[in-house]
Amino acid sequence: MTTTIAQALNRALDDALASDDRVLLMGEDVGRTGGVFRITDGLRDKHGSHRVIDTPVAESGIAGVGFGMAVGGMRPVIEMQFMGFSYPAFDQIINHVARIRNRSRHRFSAPMVIRIPYGGGIGAAEHHSESAEAIYVHTPGLKVVVPSRPSDAYGLLRAAIDDPDPVVFLEPIRLYRAVKEELPDQPEHVEMGRASIENEGRDVSLISYGAMMKECREAVKRLTDDGISTELIDLRTLTPLDTETVLDSVAKTSRAVLVSEAPRTAGFMSEVSAIISERAMFSLTAPVRRVTGWDTVFPLKRSESLYLPSTDRIVSAVRATVEASV
Amino acid sequence: MDDDLASRLYRAMVFARTYDRKSMALQKQGRLATYAPFEGQEAAQAGSAAALEVDDWMIGTYRDAAAMWMQGYPMELLYAGRTGHEQGGQVPEHVNVLPPSITVGGHMVHAVGLAWAERLQGSSRIAITYFGDGATSEGDFHEAMNMAAVQKIGVVFLCQNNGWAISLPTSEQTASETIAEKAIAYGMPGIQVDGNDIFAVFDATREAVDRARRGDGPTLIEAVTYRMGPHTTADDPGRYRSDDERADWERRDPIERLRIYLSERGRWDEEWQARIEQQATDEIERAIALAEGMRAPSAADMFGAMFAEMPSHLAEQLEEATSGR
Repeated sequence: MTTTIAQALNRALDDALASDDRVLLMGEDVGRTGGVFRITDGLRDKHGSHRVIDTPVAESGIAGVGFGMAVGGMRPVIEMQFMGFSYPAFDQIINHVARIRNRSRHRFSAPMVIRIPYGGGIGAAEHHSESAEAIYVHTPGLKVVVPSRPSDAYGLLRAAIDDPDPVVFLEPIRLYRAVKEELPDQPEHVEMGRASIENEGRDVSLISYGAMMKECREAVKRLTDDGISTELIDLRTLTPLDTETVLDSVAKTSRAVLVSEAPRTAGFMSEVSAIISERAMFSLTAPVRRVTGWDTVFPLKRSESLYLPSTDRIVSAVRATVEASV
Repeated sequence: MDDDLASRLYRAMVFARTYDRKSMALQKQGRLATYAPFEGQEAAQAGSAAALEVDDWMIGTYRDAAAMWMQGYPMELLYAGRTGHEQGGQVPEHVNVLPPSITVGGHMVHAVGLAWAERLQGSSRIAITYFGDGATSEGDFHEAMNMAAVQKIGVVFLCQNNGWAISLPTSEQTASETIAEKAIAYGMPGIQVDGNDIFAVFDATREAVDRARRGDGPTLIEAVTYRMGPHTTADDPGRYRSDDERADWERRDPIERLRIYLSERGRWDEEWQARIEQQATDEIERAIALAEGMRAPSAADMFGAMFAEMPSHLAEQLEEATSGR
């Protein structure tokens, strides 16, 4: 059946609720309206208001109460409506969710999933388009996952819910209904911590994740037409990162272009670039290049195209990298 | 409260005060890290903890060692945390007390989640959370009170209003006349009690616990008490409050009040006092020896509890940390 990312996420939550009594969903408007993006549509009617819980408008409370539920034996999946609305929950996520296993030496743990729609491209209001994944990646004790296609959205979300540790699950807003795939009746779980090589190539490694995968896929088509053989990697999990796949690819192609829509400075791709420079320096024939958002506040609708990396920018960066080679 | 329970609580308060004073002394000797004393607040903690079932959840702060110890948190682990051992947070399997919260206020929502989880699993366990007057200004106080009341979650919110949040008096913490009255706005019962009267604290908590267990929702209890010592060993109360104020509260000492009561009931004498003081000292010496005798933590310990299974990047960092490279 042809499925969007939004539908795949809905199915994953539905199946998780059906297969594990400990699973519950909690967040603002997740019940009656099915969430602002309708990801939880129909689940309250099917599984009951005690398992699909509409909460007061209180992100810190949602994260902290979810934390208590997780420590108390449940498997809560909490929703933050937008990345920019997750900031009031930072204290709970960073100070408690990410730490209770360490603080209690494994006696207590917080197996919970924090779902956060992220990224721009839908012309939303301020705070709705953020891409702050680096903050979560920088926090010890969290796993961070970002799918870019329906099969991964389903499989990674099921794996995240089953995981014994807290997972920040980032959902690319502008791909919710823009990427479709055929999913089997019983889609598979997808192991976290494994990147996916979407397209094998010889000349350059194009590495990205989440929403920017759409532009990267378009770039690969155009580059292939130009005779540049591009290896496209979807990282899928940011923590723990599949370093091996990245390094093997760079060893093969000798060039890397890293794409993310987050602000450039200390963004996640800075880390990937550092790993390549530390471990694959002598494989490189060209400098590593980042294609990212800018170190500006994410702009409103009329300026979005000035901010978000475009297919053109990615294609130019890859061409420049190939041409700059020694 | 019958005389047997009153005697047991008296003994517990003597233990608590001995522990507290010993901790202050150990800190001065450099054997404990910064310590937050609770002297003066023994009745608020012991009286409320005594109203719980043994497996109810307790989520307290760095100043609630007496309550945590009464709910089963081993004294050696309380000390271990203060001597800088992460192991201090490794609560025994059957004890439902979270390691103390160090950030102020964030832990109250945890109590809501824990009690809610118990309800969802068909259990009658409830949760009590301890906090001070300062924490009532934190946003999470509001979020916890509101969510617990809306969902009728079985939580007892126990505020020890000890007059001071480090250097800020309660009068500058809130314009409300009492902390207890804040409950009205959330749609839950609120009660103010003399926090140095162990009978008042016990009765109010027992009523709140019963309400929570019945499924009738949360209660806010304000136990009015006083922090006799500094905020922590890093603080000098002489900079912000008067000796007269402290002397006034010394006359309302919760342990002395219960001693007079027990004495009048023929349940206290010098010999018993000497005996329980000795028991307290012995128990505390035992706990300190255990804490100080703990194996020094290794790098493997530091890396070992980040996740259920250590991911490869942490394994690599552990190797780097231990190889001396």
